[in-house]
Amino acid sequence: MQIELKGITKSYGENMALQDCSVIFRKSTFYAILGPNGSGKSTLLRIASLLEPPDRGEVIYRNEKGPLKKDLPLRRRIAIVLPGNTLFNDTVFNNVAYGLRIRGMDRKRVSEKVYNILKKFGLSDKADHNAKALSSGQAQRVSIARALVTEPECLFLDEPTASLDPPNTELIEKIIKETSLRKGITVVMITHNMFQAKRLADRVVFMYEGRIIEEENSEKFFTTPSEELTRRFISGNMVW
Amino acid sequence: MNEILIAFKRAALLIISLDRELLEIILLSLRISLSAIFVATVAGVLTAALLAFRRFPLRGAIVSVLNTFMGLPPVVVGLVLYLILSRSGPLGFLGLLYTPTAMFIAQAVLAYPIVAAMSYSAIRSVRPEIRLAALGLGATGFQASLAVVRDARYGIVSSVMAGLGRVMAEVGAVLIVGGNIAGYTRVMTTTIALEYDKGDFSLALALGIILLLISLCINLVMYLFQRRMTLAD
Repeated sequence: MQIELKGITKSYGENMALQDCSVIFRKSTFYAILGPNGSGKSTLLRIASLLEPPDRGEVIYRNEKGPLKKDLPLRRRIAIVLPGNTLFNDTVFNNVAYGLRIRGMDRKRVSEKVYNILKKFGLSDKADHNAKALSSGQAQRVSIARALVTEPECLFLDEPTASLDPPNTELIEKIIKETSLRKGITVVMITHNMFQAKRLADRVVFMYEGRIIEEENSEKFFTTPSEELTRRFISGNMVW
Repeated sequence: MNEILIAFKRAALLIISLDRELLEIILLSLRISLSAIFVATVAGVLTAALLAFRRFPLRGAIVSVLNTFMGLPPVVVGLVLYLILSRSGPLGFLGLLYTPTAMFIAQAVLAYPIVAAMSYSAIRSVRPEIRLAALGLGATGFQASLAVVRDARYGIVSSVMAGLGRVMAEVGAVLIVGGNIAGYTRVMTTTIALEYDKGDFSLALALGIILLLISLCINLVMYLFQRRMTLAD
């Protein structure tokens, strides 16, 4: 599935979060969104994942046959992992099972799929634990498992490894990358870690003050960016 | 002091002897209070969810009214219901005055604002990201709201316990709309009031002890239920 954002503008009261943003997230491609705090990355992600409507502009989901209706069946083909701990006050099992249950899957299949993914994420022994009692690394793994178990065609991640230690970051990166390659998922990930963007992304989007400054393939983005602002950002010389 | 000791002795004797009249009073009290709290819970949680998830005019005013009504004086509720249910009142034709149904209505009216206001507060205390997370996993608006209510379940159970405590101990309203008719509308609290009027303090105290024990048992059951939920989590 391809996602096209056309002329997206969004403001919250006086604060203009996004100004005329246009970008295409192509099928089976891994995108990283970079940019300083307050540049509109999370707003763009929420709008692209249909959690929020834009004030102006359009979000178009397309497959080979053409544009798709923005309805519940489409929303169930995408998943978003929000920043921070957004797990329900419930067991790890129930958290991961949530997306499957609301799709009406039968208990046996739910159980099978949940235990399979928990095993993959090294969380089999935590199934009956309260998700609120997990470490931040484990909680983040549950959040991602909860999204991936629904087998989305598009996965949106808002700083999935923020505040995690290197082993947990490596584990999560490995799972996301492997799954996206194996299943051909379109991944759009916000990160502040440029090394992570380099390691994972096929293409990088750079945002600044509510605008998309540059969208380029990863290698070119980090070696020969076309915009001065991008150059300053990746060289660490941007003061904002 | 002597009176209290006698009261404990009489309470123990009443429990051991399984006095038929007392059992009937206890069962009626439980029937009225539990059905009132059930209705108040359904209506209160629905109201709380509506207030928490929908934006409409006067929403803030309704919340303020509910908070104010948490301290509604039972005698006032009793009087108002009496005026409504009495023969000359708008619902007098139903013939509900001095019936257990009228007592049930009075208790439900008293418990409703407590359950609604406390549940509203519990639902509002759930972080908004929880609803977004549910939507981001493909939930419908209704399913996402249910996820939030589920997250607030401990606070909701507490609101039900507070409401139940209020109705179990209530005397003013049920006395006015029930009339304290022996074998028909006489409940624990009205019996205590009657025995006090008759000057039989030890029996009044004994009944008070039994009432406290019943409340303790109900709270214990609720506590164990809550604990089980926590352990299951």
